Amino acid sequence: MPAPNALTPNLLCAVLMGRGPTPDSADAWMQLLSQARRANLAARLAGVVAASNLDVPYTVRWQLDGACKAQQHMTRLMRLEIRRVVGALRSEDLEPVLLKGAAYLASDLPPATSRHFGDIDVLVLKSDLASAEAALMGGGWINLDALPYDQRYYREWMHEIPPLTHITRGSVIDLHHTIVPPTSVLRVEGAELLAKSIRSEHRPGIRILQPEDMVLHNMVHLFTDGEFDNGLRDLLDLWDLLRHFSRLDGHFFDTLLARSKDLGLSRPLYHALHHLERLSGPMVPVHLAALRDEGRPSLPARLLMHWILSVGLRPQHPSCHRLGDGLARWMLYVRAHWLRMPLRLLVPHLIRKAWLQRFPPPASKSGTAA
Amino acid sequence: MTEALTLGKLRLPDLATLLREDGLLLRTGPFTFRLRSPHAVLARNVRQLYGTMPVLAASTPADFDLAIADGAPWRRFWRRQCRCEFDGKSVFEPLPAAHAYALLEWSMNWCISSHAHQYLIVHAAVLARGDHGLILPAPPGSGKSTLCAALTHHGWRLLSDELTLVDMQDGRLWPLCRPVSLKNDSIAVIRQFAPRAVFGEVTHDTAKGDVVHMAVPEEHLLQVQRPVRARWVVYPRYLAGAATQLVARQRASAVLDLARNAFNFHFQGPEGFERLCDLVEACDCYDFSYSQLSEAMSCFDVLASGAG
Repeated sequence: MPAPNALTPNLLCAVLMGRGPTPDSADAWMQLLSQARRANLAARLAGVVAASNLDVPYTVRWQLDGACKAQQHMTRLMRLEIRRVVGALRSEDLEPVLLKGAAYLASDLPPATSRHFGDIDVLVLKSDLASAEAALMGGGWINLDALPYDQRYYREWMHEIPPLTHITRGSVIDLHHTIVPPTSVLRVEGAELLAKSIRSEHRPGIRILQPEDMVLHNMVHLFTDGEFDNGLRDLLDLWDLLRHFSRLDGHFFDTLLARSKDLGLSRPLYHALHHLERLSGPMVPVHLAALRDEGRPSLPARLLMHWILSVGLRPQHPSCHRLGDGLARWMLYVRAHWLRMPLRLLVPHLIRKAWLQRFPPPASKSGTAA
Repeated sequence: MTEALTLGKLRLPDLATLLREDGLLLRTGPFTFRLRSPHAVLARNVRQLYGTMPVLAASTPADFDLAIADGAPWRRFWRRQCRCEFDGKSVFEPLPAAHAYALLEWSMNWCISSHAHQYLIVHAAVLARGDHGLILPAPPGSGKSTLCAALTHHGWRLLSDELTLVDMQDGRLWPLCRPVSLKNDSIAVIRQFAPRAVFGEVTHDTAKGDVVHMAVPEEHLLQVQRPVRARWVVYPRYLAGAATQLVARQRASAVLDLARNAFNFHFQGPEGFERLCDLVEACDCYDFSYSQLSEAMSCFDVLASGAG
């Protein structure tokens, strides 16, 4: 099928991984910039352009510079906010484990460079949830607009409580007790991860997951989530982490694959590695290929998954759009719910959500985004 | 060569076709927009208000690709909507289709203020006498735009009525030369004050009430490449029945106020603070209250004559 657009579907990813032909016209550069902004990767693109000394049109240059300024500000705020979160939790003698973006930043890991930060993800023992929530509430983070049903949905079935928003600064904390919903087909004990967590070398008082768990959490998050707004960003985080940890430890992939088997996460690991290698070239040592393929689904499922995940990992930009993308994204959404809950919970939940969306209760009507 | 082709000389159907298909290129100050829209009201207002702008070659690189698209498909024929689309994403809540042109102006401001961080961007009107810049920062409802529109037709050159672009490199103020937005009662006031001014169509019942845009006089547009140095910072306040009064204000409070009114002060780091301090250091700062436009004009004439 002839490509409807000038650029290959995931040129952005190729350029960010240093593998693609860079755009050859001002229009193509603008399109790439626009894709990067849509995928929250403009600052990262700026980093690649600077590191490789690429020649970009003036208009792209200043927009990339602007994206860097905005990103640096976001990083400053994120650092401050992490300190405040950790401080609030210390009041209850809790030593939190930071996840994802906050963890990368707190331990100066490569993905933190020019990354777009969102919520702060924190992991505590399930038995510590109440005191952690109380401590954070004391620091100003509260459940802003979760409806009673949402409260129940999160607290009974999910691996996190409803998001806590700071009353004046607006920062959002996702407080987790494990990394996958307890109702999910995948089951991971949060306590098991916490027991193996390590102290951040750079920030005393902050804990992070051990490297293989950090990688596995990223993969589980990326490949079981229904929303792929930050799909490509998360994949690039993963790419950074794998290169970093395997440079430090020659046997990192052995450890990773063994750990994924122990935690029952071979399937998401298989998908993640498949797409990473598809986009970046081989990464897994040859002697581990068989171990990796233990997580491989049957052929029809594999083909379907490869297709829908490759759509999810593209920027949601009109210039990346291909026929059937809508269907693929819908299937990703349905799949995420399917993984999250058994049908006897899922069907009533989705009916309820659809009803609430069609007939929102009066209190939530006012919430319009500017 | 014949005289340069301007947007106003294009036939309306041709301009509408451009907007629907390839996109219309519009240069305003340092930025070039490629605009797309199926809305006829937008085409009519662009032709009216940007009529003196040149038609740019299709190969001109654009800084921003902006569409004022249709809202939900099922609202195409019944209670039609318009929606701002940037990077393939909706930016604001959809509005009634009749607001398409007002939405375009707001969206263009949003594009600039959320991306162009090579400037410190202050929410303020800015005008000039010669090479001396006058910054009018003020909250909505303070009569800033009214004053700005009147000064535009009273010997002051308009740089912008909403966004003051302070170059982070050298502190100069860059013109944007976009139409001035007037609201509610001030529409009639300015029509009476400046009978020769060119206006677009009134948009009724927006979030800010009735809105109309006033075109930038052509002689101001010709100087769009000419930045100025800030010379005055004046905080205007319209007060019904008030006497015209210009009171000196402390520079330190002016710095803080400009920082508060800036869209991207926080992105600039310490350099932004230094830039603002330098800017205010070179300025006389005043609080200004008025109720009579004519008295206000003479007051600003006096101010200008003291510039030296």
